[in-house]
Amino acid sequence: MSSNAIIFAIVFLAAMALFAWSSFRRFRLVALGRPEDRFSDLLKRLGGMLVYAFAQRRVLSRPFGLNHFVLFWCFLILFLANTEFLFGGLFPDYVSLSRLPDGAYHTLAFIFDVVSALALLAVVVAFIRRAAFASPHIGGLSRDAVTILSLVAILMIAFFGLHGGKIALGSEPAAYMPVSGFVAGAFFSGASAGSLAGYINFFWWLHAIVLLGFLNYLPYSKHMHILTAVPNCFFRNLSRVKILPREEFKKGNTFGVGQVNEFTWKGLFDSYSCTECGRCSDACPATFTGKPLDPRLVIHDIKMNLLKNGPLIARKKTPVLPLIGDDKEGSIAEEVLWECTTCGACVEVCPVFIEHFPRIIDMRRYLVEMHAKFPEELLTLFDNMEQRSNPWGIAPAERVKWAVDIEVKPFEADKTEYLFFVGCAGAFDARTRRTTVALAQILEASGVSWGILGRDELCCGDSLRRLGNEFVFDNMARENIKLFADRGIKKVITQCPHCYSTLKNDYRQYGAELEVIHHSELIAHLIQEGRLKLDGAGDLGRVVFHDSCYLGRHNMIYEAPRKVITSATGQEPTEMARHHAKSFCCGAGGGRMWMEEPIGKHINVARVEEALEKDPETICVCCPYCMIMFEDGLKDKGVTEKVKVLDLAEVAARALK
Amino acid sequence: MLVVACVKQVPDTTQVEVDPTTGTLKREGVPFIMNPFDIHALEESLRLKDRYGLRAVVVSMGPPSTEVTLRKALALGADEAVLLSDRAFGGADTLATSLVLAEAIRRLDEREEVAVVVCGRQTIDGDTAQVGPGIATRLGYSQLTLVDRIDEVDLRARKVRARRKVGGWHETVEAPLPAMIAVVREINRPRYPTVPRRLMAEEATIALWNNEVMKLDENKIGLKGSATQVRRIFSPERAKGEILGDGLSNPEEAAHLLIGKLIEKDILYL
Ligand code: SF4
Ligand code: SF4
Repeated sequence: MSSNAIIFAIVFLAAMALFAWSSFRRFRLVALGRPEDRFSDLLKRLGGMLVYAFAQRRVLSRPFGLNHFVLFWCFLILFLANTEFLFGGLFPDYVSLSRLPDGAYHTLAFIFDVVSALALLAVVVAFIRRAAFASPHIGGLSRDAVTILSLVAILMIAFFGLHGGKIALGSEPAAYMPVSGFVAGAFFSGASAGSLAGYINFFWWLHAIVLLGFLNYLPYSKHMHILTAVPNCFFRNLSRVKILPREEFKKGNTFGVGQVNEFTWKGLFDSYSCTECGRCSDACPATFTGKPLDPRLVIHDIKMNLLKNGPLIARKKTPVLPLIGDDKEGSIAEEVLWECTTCGACVEVCPVFIEHFPRIIDMRRYLVEMHAKFPEELLTLFDNMEQRSNPWGIAPAERVKWAVDIEVKPFEADKTEYLFFVGCAGAFDARTRRTTVALAQILEASGVSWGILGRDELCCGDSLRRLGNEFVFDNMARENIKLFADRGIKKVITQCPHCYSTLKNDYRQYGAELEVIHHSELIAHLIQEGRLKLDGAGDLGRVVFHDSCYLGRHNMIYEAPRKVITSATGQEPTEMARHHAKSFCCGAGGGRMWMEEPIGKHINVARVEEALEKDPETICVCCPYCMIMFEDGLKDKGVTEKVKVLDLAEVAARALK
Repeated sequence: MLVVACVKQVPDTTQVEVDPTTGTLKREGVPFIMNPFDIHALEESLRLKDRYGLRAVVVSMGPPSTEVTLRKALALGADEAVLLSDRAFGGADTLATSLVLAEAIRRLDEREEVAVVVCGRQTIDGDTAQVGPGIATRLGYSQLTLVDRIDEVDLRARKVRARRKVGGWHETVEAPLPAMIAVVREINRPRYPTVPRRLMAEEATIALWNNEVMKLDENKIGLKGSATQVRRIFSPERAKGEILGDGLSNPEEAAHLLIGKLIEKDILYL
């Protein structure tokens, strides 16, 4: 073994040992989290990993995503080249590309050469992008970004220096390495064999040191995602709706997450996988309207808290930095946790499937259940829900008031097919009552067998669950499910996406197998079956459609309401700048409906402005909360004379033949 | 030392309906709640507990189902709950009720000295505002009613300073301990129970004091001991209203109509 190889062996072993040690220190902390099963459906996980990690589907949905895609694949290919490089350094007499058959050697040499050039190009593009076109949330030319990009650039330059030198020396064939060949011609022509050997040696060591340095830098930077992103895609949450598990209300248990190790291991692993790409921040309605909540920072703070407290917790010592309540890095301010609308935009865009708002609800649970700490205005809501089973605290007898002018029948087991679950807004809110009546008309007109629970109907509990008041939600859910079972209810129509999602998804955790259908789907279905005839000659002018978060992103219902609008008005709805999965929240979800919005621009106003850009006469919504938020927003803008908000049921009812 | 909160479980009167045929109140199916004024009394007792290290006891007279309300009080932070329940206590007016409650407080005081008793100003089902003062009179305690702020309880000097809200003004008063303080709703914002406390409260034992324990003269308690008797419960006739205009879509016109009506009825003068 040459002395060079011996020195390198020492450096290599030291670097690998250091890398193994730092990786172990980091990943050991993930094991502090609570257990969670993310090993089900392995094939589906594998498939998703291929599509999202290797084919980078989500990354590619943004303009500069292509650059990342190129860099990612360059990395994968060069992983091979670098393995050859490292082992070639250790065993120069045994490991070398040139020992392969000529065909294979030349092909690989060509690929590595071109790919290295591509990588260098991608790095340059990334530099330019960060310097000139960075979205405000990715930190532009941050130290971390500059370090990593420079390291990659140096690595590539060293690659070309090394191979250019070898080509000039005649020890590698120029024909199969066009870029290195060019370097040889441009920089090394005329150099003596001795000085060439010197250059080669220099670039070899530069390449070796930067490569090992890069490896050791990873665990300490946001580029840890190079190690974690692929497994994070594999371990992603396979269900579309992200609902938190139930809690077991037993004496001695703690509730929610108040200390970082109370997250599940996956929650912690998520925090290690953030690439700081800022997509979640760009999508978040709270961040967009200038509030302190930024989902990226929530994930970042969880990571920093784990790094700070984890080692202490591992040694059974008390953590030094509170997870909630401090203004420092690594701690999340209480007000931040209350700003989330649980709209799901963050989760939707995250290229590595981090789940932001479920972690926020984890922490809300802790505040509400362990410390009864929450914004003042929620006290009334919580009491009303517990005592009257509706957010306004109105007497249950009023639940049937919407039906004073029309005939409604109670649901009867074995006689009635569908329960029309009117919902609290549908029953109590003066504006939404008109939607309720419209939907009742549609049901009648299409001969659907339906009935209501009337004053016995209870609130589904959506707001409570999103606000972290799991204890009261749990009671309400069990009461509702018992009521449904007692009355023989199997099929339910809702007009509110929140009732819809709660009955359909959350109640499933309680073993309830209800067939829940949102009115948008039902109306579309009735039209398609020919049971409902609309004249297609609405007088609504230009109709803009707003996707509700709990209908669209959470439950993937995008097309049904659009089809109904088309049938009712004879024209397709106009899309806002952000629609379908990218839709922007109205501001009312996640219990925000019942809270003040003291900081920043009002989310509903921001969304209304976006709608007004399309110059509509009608804004069509599918949710009572959206209705209230849009009407308020239009009032705020002073355009209620020109623009009206209608629920989809009203749009359809107006077009009844 | 103790701070005692007296609470009552009442029917949720906002949910009581009138039977259209008989004109009587329909009480069946109406849920029971903690008297809203008493929630503030309980809260104030818990604040005194936190401020002065007193032990908070909550006392209620009522049927066995009152247990639910007492458990709620325990969940909110009371240290001990006493249920005064006996058929013989039933049908009591404020005279008989205050006797039972005063006796219970006297018995508590034998065990551990009572510093303050906190009551709600009134109940929403009786609306008399007599029970608090009745207790104070029977026990010979200082009597502070309509209190909207307790400035200080001085356990050493044995006195309390509090602010009363009388008519359109406030007065700050000082009185010797022990004292009965009847509070108005503005005095505080009630707290919310944590889940661990709720779970604890679900399993806690509630002391049941019936008349075998209390040994009160049967002629002075319950219906027999009451000076007032309820003859009939009815809701007063109300003239039928009339719906004018369409306020939802045209608030301005609605306002004009309303003002016109008010002038017509001599309620508003221009
Ligand atoms: S769920 Fe919506 S509001 Fe909440 S953090 Fe994510 S993007 Fe922001
Ligand atoms: S959480 Fe996801 S979307 Fe947000 S910055 Fe990190 S990787 Fe990007």
